Amino acid sequence: MDIIVENLTKMYGSQHAVDNISFRVNTGEVLGFLGPNGAGKTTTMKAITSFLTPTKGNIRVGDFSVEEQPEQVKKQIGYLPEHNPLYEEMPVLDYLRFVADLQGIAKNKIKDRLLEMVRVCGLEGEKHKKINELSKGYKQRVGLAQALIHDPDVLILDEPTSGLDPNQIVEIRELIKTIGREKTVILSSHILAEVEATCDRILIINKGAIVADGSAQELRKQAHGQEILMLSIEDGEKDAVYKALKAVESVELVDKLDDPLRFEIQSKANTTSRRAIFNLCVENSWTLTELTPVETKLEDIFHQLTK
Amino acid sequence: MREIWILARRELRSFFNSLIAYILLVAFLGFSGFFTWISGADIFMVGQASLQSFFGIAYWTLFFFIPGLTMGQLAEENRSGTIELLLTKPISDWQVIIGKFLSTWILIAIALAFTIPYYITVSTLGPIDHGAVWAGYLALLLMSASYIAIGLFASSISNNQIVGFLLALLIGIFFHIIFNILSASFTGLLGNIMHYLSLSTHFESISRGVIDTKDLIYFFSLIALGLAAAEFVITRRRT
Repeated sequence: MDIIVENLTKMYGSQHAVDNISFRVNTGEVLGFLGPNGAGKTTTMKAITSFLTPTKGNIRVGDFSVEEQPEQVKKQIGYLPEHNPLYEEMPVLDYLRFVADLQGIAKNKIKDRLLEMVRVCGLEGEKHKKINELSKGYKQRVGLAQALIHDPDVLILDEPTSGLDPNQIVEIRELIKTIGREKTVILSSHILAEVEATCDRILIINKGAIVADGSAQELRKQAHGQEILMLSIEDGEKDAVYKALKAVESVELVDKLDDPLRFEIQSKANTTSRRAIFNLCVENSWTLTELTPVETKLEDIFHQLTK
Repeated sequence: MREIWILARRELRSFFNSLIAYILLVAFLGFSGFFTWISGADIFMVGQASLQSFFGIAYWTLFFFIPGLTMGQLAEENRSGTIELLLTKPISDWQVIIGKFLSTWILIAIALAFTIPYYITVSTLGPIDHGAVWAGYLALLLMSASYIAIGLFASSISNNQIVGFLLALLIGIFFHIIFNILSASFTGLLGNIMHYLSLSTHFESISRGVIDTKDLIYFFSLIALGLAAAEFVITRRRT
């Protein structure tokens, strides 16, 4: 089930929380919302779930318009809000049954779904406890379980792994990936590694506008069109090596680093110098001890775009 | 309807799990029992088999207890953010409000049901006007429904339960007594309006055993107004 957001604008007073953004998420895609705090991630998600009424713009979930058929839209969506609000005084199972009832799951299927959710989200040992007795990580699982219980086509998760320990984070990421194969998933995060690990596509939002859209690789390419290599050589003479490297056709810049025979090499746009450098070393019988492509980190892209 | 009942059931359960329900039952039965039977100026003073003095006492105790029940119903959802969970489920704002309204009303009805023994006891003391007793209970239920609706509105406007409690009392006191007092001090049209707005007028007329459509319309309008105001606030908070 596709999600189409068209020209979404949300104002709080005279302030634009979200300013005229449009995007589309396709079935089977896991979309990661990335952005600094207050960028408009949560607002956008709340608008898709019909909790917030947009100032302007259209949102469609599958064949339904959020504005005109909110009830139908809400049936398709499993939503984990930010800060994961829960009825703390209820036992886990009672709470999940309450949500299942509200979602209109048939009476004879409720028990199976409850057991399934308890299993999938790892709540076996906690299912009879009251929610306020649970640790943050387990509460987060309860939040996920209530979002998944009616097997929705669309999942919207606002910071799904906040408060989890590293093992749980890995588990939840795996879970999201598995779910994401058949469903449409939007998740927000400010942890870059998380978005990179779970999402097929990344949308970076800053000050209410989309500043980047694409897979992690595409974003890297956009940010740095040129290949950068770290190079270390032994058994060579510094100036000779430097000159020889400069002479390579595809090389644009050679930087001498502190280490005597270590260089940073930037190739010309859309070319690679790896082969040429290797051959150069063979010709001069220099020993090549390092040849590492430098990957632009998602962090750097993020900093550049959201400065 | 199914959704409303699911919501109401959860609210009722949470009343009973959080002791609120038991405290209400004990306090209501304690107060009304004390003033009806033991305080001196009680049911025995009237000299006839009638529950009028009990209805007069319940009129006041419920007035104070109901805001205590409703104060958290929406304010707490606003504060903890669970309102977002509810409203992103396939249910409407109306169903949420009506569900909460019903749960509190049912709790009050349970409290009133525990006073049925008063009725049985008094009816053994002498000839009792059965119609008037049932009308009295109906009047109490209608009054409670009105204050629950007002209480829900008061609770919807903020994240703070205390605000919900005090605002409900503030609005309620006008209908409970102030309009009645004012109606005596104004003459002509204004006096009539005050007289009509006063809840006590309509309460008394029903609890005497006269069920007039005029009074029913008054109560139903007040309930509808309170609930509509609460719904309006909830919808407004999302824009």
